[in-house]
Amino acid sequence: MGLEFYASKLADAVNWARKYSLFQYPFVTACCGMEFMSTFAPKYDVARFGAEFPRFSPRQADLLIVVGTITERQGPILRRVYEQMCEPKWTMAFGVCASTGGFYQNYSTMPGADQCIPIDVYIPGCPPRPEQVLDGLMLLQEKIQKGEGFVQRRERREHDALKKGHLKVVG
Amino acid sequence: MSAEALTRAKNLLGDAITASHAYRGDETLVIDPLRVVAVMRALRDDEELALDFLVDLTAVDYLGREPRFEVVYHLRSMKTGARLRVKAPLAEPEDGTNPSIDSVVALWPGANWFEREVWDLYGIKFAGHPDLRRILMYEEFVGHPLRKDYPKERRQPLVRRDPNEG
Repeated sequence: MGLEFYASKLADAVNWARKYSLFQYPFVTACCGMEFMSTFAPKYDVARFGAEFPRFSPRQADLLIVVGTITERQGPILRRVYEQMCEPKWTMAFGVCASTGGFYQNYSTMPGADQCIPIDVYIPGCPPRPEQVLDGLMLLQEKIQKGEGFVQRRERREHDALKKGHLKVVG
Repeated sequence: MSAEALTRAKNLLGDAITASHAYRGDETLVIDPLRVVAVMRALRDDEELALDFLVDLTAVDYLGREPRFEVVYHLRSMKTGARLRVKAPLAEPEDGTNPSIDSVVALWPGANWFEREVWDLYGIKFAGHPDLRRILMYEEFVGHPLRKDYPKERRQPLVRRDPNEG
């Protein structure tokens, strides 16, 4: 057992801490906001999963929840909010509109928020029940623990490429 | 109430009205589009009618029918409570340019955004409008999406992510 064993155990511990302290930024655009409020209110109590604290600034959040329909005109705003968040960061599409565009199939609606930002977890439903949201949150926690989030995978790819000498650290 | 308003309006406006109908309270006038401002002013300023409130201004695209477009005004009187719909049929010009009708912003300032919306979604111009820009769609958008010949599947995205990202 060499240094690598301890490094991988450390990564596990860090991911464990990350998955139980998600600070979310709710990007609420439509009626799913009602179910979002219900999920985050005491009855369903998302605090049990360590994600009770919405930060209404993307710079202080690490989970972007896209709640509701995204129109083409909102796309650049959503993209900008995503880019302002510090890494590592995760995203969740809340409801069918954010996942696929839902029943909208027209000139104004983006067919899923994943057209402009990477999405880690899709929660179906119109709107989803709070149980589904909590299920989605638990799936995301599993993903974080395994290091399978979009940003985590990219970081790992870059790390491996650096080790193999394909990338060079500049500066 | 609205039925009397329809009779009164027909007497008042004479040959500016090309047709009218009334069925269960949907009293409607069809007017000559070239005289829309004169008609609206008469309906608004007449003592008896006093149709002083522009409830809504919208348009319809009857693709395949001549004339193709129709601009619809919904009026209401705050004095008598009467309601009246006024329709102005509008043909598409032969040369393929956008159809045009006179603006009623001078009569009702509230028509400003309605007319911008109709311009944005139907491509009907309002002559004399102070600021005829798109209001719902973005400036980069090409075409007018509520026209019946706008393809349902056409998307005009402002931003798309790199699929290799993340």
